[in-house]
Amino acid sequence: MPETVQLQVYRYRPESDPEPSWDTFEVPLHSEWMILDALNYIKDQLDGSLSYRWACRMGVCGSCGMIVNGKPVLTCATYVESLLPGPIRVEPLQGFPVIRDLVGDITDFLDKLTRVKPWIVRAEEKPLADGEYLQTPEQLTEYKQYSMCINCMLCYSACPIYALDPEFIGPAAIALAQRYNMDSRDEADQERMDVLSQHDGIWACTFVGECSAVCPKNVDPAGAIQRYKVTATADWFKSLLLPWAKR
Amino acid sequence: MGKALNPAYKLYHPRWYRPRMPIFWWLRTLPYVKFIVRELTSFAVAYAAILLVIQAQALGQGEEAYGRFSSWLQSPPVVWFHFVVLLVVLFHTVTWLNLAPKALVVHVKGRRLPDVVVLLSHYAAWLVVSGLIAWRLLG
Amino acid sequence: MFSGGGMISAMFLPALIFLMWVAHPLGWIDVASYDQLAGWVSNPLVRLVLFGFITLFLFHWAHRFRYTLYDGLQLYHLNELIAVITYGLATVLTLVTAYVLWGI
Repeated sequence: MPETVQLQVYRYRPESDPEPSWDTFEVPLHSEWMILDALNYIKDQLDGSLSYRWACRMGVCGSCGMIVNGKPVLTCATYVESLLPGPIRVEPLQGFPVIRDLVGDITDFLDKLTRVKPWIVRAEEKPLADGEYLQTPEQLTEYKQYSMCINCMLCYSACPIYALDPEFIGPAAIALAQRYNMDSRDEADQERMDVLSQHDGIWACTFVGECSAVCPKNVDPAGAIQRYKVTATADWFKSLLLPWAKR
Repeated sequence: MGKALNPAYKLYHPRWYRPRMPIFWWLRTLPYVKFIVRELTSFAVAYAAILLVIQAQALGQGEEAYGRFSSWLQSPPVVWFHFVVLLVVLFHTVTWLNLAPKALVVHVKGRRLPDVVVLLSHYAAWLVVSGLIAWRLLG
Repeated sequence: MFSGGGMISAMFLPALIFLMWVAHPLGWIDVASYDQLAGWVSNPLVRLVLFGFITLFLFHWAHRFRYTLYDGLQLYHLNELIAVITYGLATVLTLVTAYVLWGI
């Protein structure tokens, strides 16, 4: 095994660069290192100005998403060795404006997430004294998969529609909306329907399927979106044929 | 901080870099290419629709007109073309049916039907429909 | 209409194309005689179903191609034009189909 590996890292310094560029670093090769360890080595030893996000380093916070050799991955969960012989290209997630180096501006995602109301909404809250909302294991299974989302945005990076049309609400937002729609304790499906069943909501999705392919938590946002298309269509037919029914 | 080297840089108002998607974005990764090919199979569907109408019209116009249509069907370049159309339609069918379990989640008595059951029932339906067509069409 | 067209074309077209336009012209199989086929086509119910299928196929193509142009070639500024051309063409062809099938 060679001693070192080359990393080509995307750089963008807005105060001095009109355009992004690439810097090459020679990083020691350790069998247990992830790409994140290599980036930390670069920042500690080679170039302290490199900027990137990371936190838990164990695949649960969703901070360290970047594109490595063309694929959106969690850098804390990708072995350097798996990408030999190198050079390994590291760049920021696609579809988000680049603030600096590997850091993208995710405000758009956060706005869209808020729009779908990712929390339990009830017409009337039960008073605390009445106890918890009960839920059977079967009811939990209904939405559990979609609750695994760590907001890492790898799905947004993989989605060509989001890169082409930034108005698209995006895979994770829809999956999280579904997580609450399918939660037996929630009562806001109609409110979310108004947000999701729009031209830049679920209907912009053409089921490329890459979002589910890159999701590190097997949330399957593509499945969530297609299921919602069926739900929204059925709802549309119902409103057409039974306009008086309370929905 | 000193003077910025990038003339577009305003102090405390940095310029986000927004890359443009290239026109050939769909050629950049294999999944994207497969996606576009899958979408273009809709042309074979439209072609089949149009040819079906032409065939129905020929049938209605009498044996001679239909004979001309049949001869046209038999000419080698047409047969080759239709073979290609068949392959494209098969790609459409397989990709469509494979994605069906993602969209159709069925619950029976509170339990979700496994994806493979939905998948196999779609393929079974395809077999049944094809069998029926063959049974009615074969002379 | 898009998904209906997609499902029906997926189920019905492979067998139809293979039998009528590949296997039969190649002489591999014999299909129903002219009289039988003409008889079916003259049945109004058959023509109605055929019309329905063809309409769905055409609109399936229109919807899919519209999005492929819109996303694939990034023609957002031409969105309305593309919608008119694709759905318009599908509508025109549907009307032509109705006319042809009616006249058989």
